[in-house]
Amino acid sequence: MSAVPGAGERRYTKKDFTSDQDVRWCPGCGDYAILAQLQKLMPDLGIAKENIVFISGIGCSSRFPYYMDTYGFHTIHGRAPAIATGLKLARPELSVWVVTGDGDALSIGGNHLIHALRRNVDVKILLFNNKVYGLTKGQYSPTSDVGQRTKSSPSGVVSPPFSPPALALGSSATFVARAVDTEVQHLQQMIRRMAEHPGAALLEIYQNCPVFNDGAFAPLKDRDTKQDEVLMLEDGEKLVYGREREKILKLDPDRLVLVPGRVGDENGAIEIVHREDAESTMLAALLSEHPRPGFPTPIGVFRSVERPVFERETLAQGEAAVAAGGAGQLEELIYAGDRWRVSSS
Amino acid sequence: MSSTGPGANSGKIEEVESIVIRFAGDSGDGMQLTGTELTRAVALSGNDIATFPDFPAEIRAPAGTTYGVSGFQLQFSSSEIFTPGDAAGVLITMNPAALRTNLSTLEPGGLLIVDSGAFKKRNLQLSGYEVSPLEDDSLSGYQLIPVDMTRAVTVALKGSGLSPGDVQRCRNFFALGLVFWLYGRDEKREVESIRAKFRARPEVAEANVKAFKAGHAYGETTEAFKSRYHVPAADLEPGEYRNVTGNEALATGLVAAALLADRRMVYASYPITPASDILHYLAAHQRYPVTTFQAEDEIAAVTAAIGASFGGAIGVTGTSGPGFALKQEGVGLAVMAELPLVLIDVQRGGPSTGLPTKPEQGDLLQAIFGRNSESPVAVIAPARPSECFDMAIEAVRLATQHMCPVVLLSDNTLANGAEPWRLPEISDLAPIEPGFRTDAETFAPYLRDPDTLARPWAPPGTPGFEHRIGGLEKQDVTGDVSYDPANHGHMNAMRAAKIAKIADRLPPVDVYGDAEGDLLLVGFGGTYGALRQAAQSLRGEGHRVGHAQLRYLNPLQSDIDEVLRRYRRVLIPELNPGQLRMLLRARTLLDLEGLNKVDGTPFMVREVVEAARRLIGPAAAKELRA
Ligand code: SF4
Repeated sequence: MSAVPGAGERRYTKKDFTSDQDVRWCPGCGDYAILAQLQKLMPDLGIAKENIVFISGIGCSSRFPYYMDTYGFHTIHGRAPAIATGLKLARPELSVWVVTGDGDALSIGGNHLIHALRRNVDVKILLFNNKVYGLTKGQYSPTSDVGQRTKSSPSGVVSPPFSPPALALGSSATFVARAVDTEVQHLQQMIRRMAEHPGAALLEIYQNCPVFNDGAFAPLKDRDTKQDEVLMLEDGEKLVYGREREKILKLDPDRLVLVPGRVGDENGAIEIVHREDAESTMLAALLSEHPRPGFPTPIGVFRSVERPVFERETLAQGEAAVAAGGAGQLEELIYAGDRWRVSSS
Repeated sequence: MSSTGPGANSGKIEEVESIVIRFAGDSGDGMQLTGTELTRAVALSGNDIATFPDFPAEIRAPAGTTYGVSGFQLQFSSSEIFTPGDAAGVLITMNPAALRTNLSTLEPGGLLIVDSGAFKKRNLQLSGYEVSPLEDDSLSGYQLIPVDMTRAVTVALKGSGLSPGDVQRCRNFFALGLVFWLYGRDEKREVESIRAKFRARPEVAEANVKAFKAGHAYGETTEAFKSRYHVPAADLEPGEYRNVTGNEALATGLVAAALLADRRMVYASYPITPASDILHYLAAHQRYPVTTFQAEDEIAAVTAAIGASFGGAIGVTGTSGPGFALKQEGVGLAVMAELPLVLIDVQRGGPSTGLPTKPEQGDLLQAIFGRNSESPVAVIAPARPSECFDMAIEAVRLATQHMCPVVLLSDNTLANGAEPWRLPEISDLAPIEPGFRTDAETFAPYLRDPDTLARPWAPPGTPGFEHRIGGLEKQDVTGDVSYDPANHGHMNAMRAAKIAKIADRLPPVDVYGDAEGDLLLVGFGGTYGALRQAAQSLRGEGHRVGHAQLRYLNPLQSDIDEVLRRYRRVLIPELNPGQLRMLLRARTLLDLEGLNKVDGTPFMVREVVEAARRLIGPAAAKELRA
């Protein structure tokens, strides 16, 4: 657990984290469930409320900070990770959360997202993915599926979508996970994991937008289909799924792809064990590829490794310089270099 | 010329008031280093100085080409000077391309030293000479002194073990040695300086020292020079001095501001010419409470600075015009969130990528108006390189005490130009008190200070102050999101009034020269020297002239209207088509005149003097004298 000044004797309830603002999402929006989980989980984290900051960009999800009774900053489109980076450089002890969406994080703010992950800034990024632009009323987003019909793609989207975990892994992210808005137990577990992770953490949350892209994740939620459609990633476990846990993803060593099959069947592919802390991102990357028909969608932690944290490393350089040479003073700053004196004549 | 002995020159030393010297060579010839070394040496011996590094955007354009030529002009003087000089009295060129591109900067009859060894066929072709100018009489209007530096360093560095290419790279120190001899400068101190500079590569250090000494010795033995020259120390204000460029002074001012505010500063920046040196300087000052962050882009740089300010640090970002354009949405957020932000814009030639290494002042309107809707910020501009120190502190003071973005407009002439800086007494530097709010009972995010209209700065970490801010319009006092028309009108007025109120604390406009009369020269930023020197010479002619270089551009100082009305005519020279003039005309409804130049070069003193004369006429001067 990262060293955030704690709540001490104070005990919080969900109410302590609920602001007095009316929540203004559409009825049935997946954002409600996520907000509720956050408010419920926060008291358990033992972090002093005044040391928690929620930062967002622009979009439906980005209204989030207004509803949390913590410090909050609703900023501009796509820039939340950069604002959070600046905040962490100033105040490394704070617990800083970024709330963003697929358009905010992956389109206009793509550059900031990948660099915050690459640097391993200690921020927790909740990426609400509803595969559509909600606040601007229904255009396709960088996670929309090929063929998805939206207001700005009446004949269907032609470009392939981003897989956020794949992008995060490609950015050397140290914690990458995925959850589903309505799977609240699992969602809460994932949020807790990211809170405890020292460094940058990205959690993609599949979030239903009943207004512009209703049912986008229905097969993953539907009781009849979900066990065949979801692969629950478990550290140290094989990639087994299915109603009877009769299905398995294995690695085809010749083609270097994952292939679905039945447990026990010989198909030339090899069984692999999921390791969150694997040194190489290769298997995680295979898992994070955009879900294809006939493949289950992996949910859970793709990767969790420890690496030095950006702001701490940065500040440590300054601390080391001070330890070696003493804290800089005005006098030596100004009276530096080659100087000469002019006396009054 | 008479020789006083075998192999020696006349030994005559002439005393002169000032010298303008210009070095020009390939970008790889080390002209900037040579110029900087000479600058340091003459500054240390007490001359007043002003420099103008004039280099191309390419790091090393193909050798021998005209577009790869890099120049460095220095004026040093025994009296107070304000510019690097309109024309050079001495030009040192390292190859034909440098001669071709720089000859126009040499005054008629000036001393022209060329490395004749570089005037080979290929170099001549590359620079478009059909015949060597050393061999026809095209240079007869100058005192031409050809010196085969190419050969001289080859001889001097025989057996040094350096490659022929590295040997030739020492030519600049040969030239420097010759100049040191010509102006009687301290040779020993320079040798030490070269050794210190190249400490990491002793063999190169020694080669440069040898080349330098060979250049000096060449001066001793040649009979080509009629005389040596001595520029006595200047009569500067008593005190301790160091030589400083604008970028250095600005960065030093930022560090000082962090110390004076007893707050950490986060300087977030993306590399861009000509602002990057500020980042380098700050990154090298790790013992001070300044954290540097090289962001992934300009937008990240400004927003990270805002994030730092939200956290209670002093958020600063630095850039140049194109980067400023990218940052503008972020600046708007700081306006709305009413957080301190210092944005440094070291202006360069534009539009678009423009002329990255050339001076221009085209960002004034971008600074004041370059955002969506009504988005007022404070804008200030230092006038001299050394003043960048004071204005950096002023920017931090204004931003933290008025809770607003402050744009500090520097420019290429200030940033790279150098001058002696009279060092301030530490005790004269007033602390900066940001005034954080600590009383949870009365806290409200947009409850304003009645004097400044600033909202409280309440960074995370204070129990009971949990609140949300953001880019959406806020209800005054509570800070809740508000779509109420009356509130929006009120908040727009508040944001404007908050900036306007800064004028209450500003000093009166600083006017040099006559307090009223024929003409007032008004400018901002790095044109200071040309305007000041012009005002001085116009006054010498008998005109009654004042000069005001405005340090505060938004808000303007309260007495500006009155000051402008005290003169018969007002001339506003700017390196843009008239941005300041437009603002001042709109404010005062006076018919102010402009002198405008947008060609990537600084004003010559004579350009300003001539424009002024055209405006006020020579007759006026006669009348006044009568
Ligand atoms: S538009 Fe969609 S995502 Fe936005 S609030 Fe409404 S339901 Fe939620």
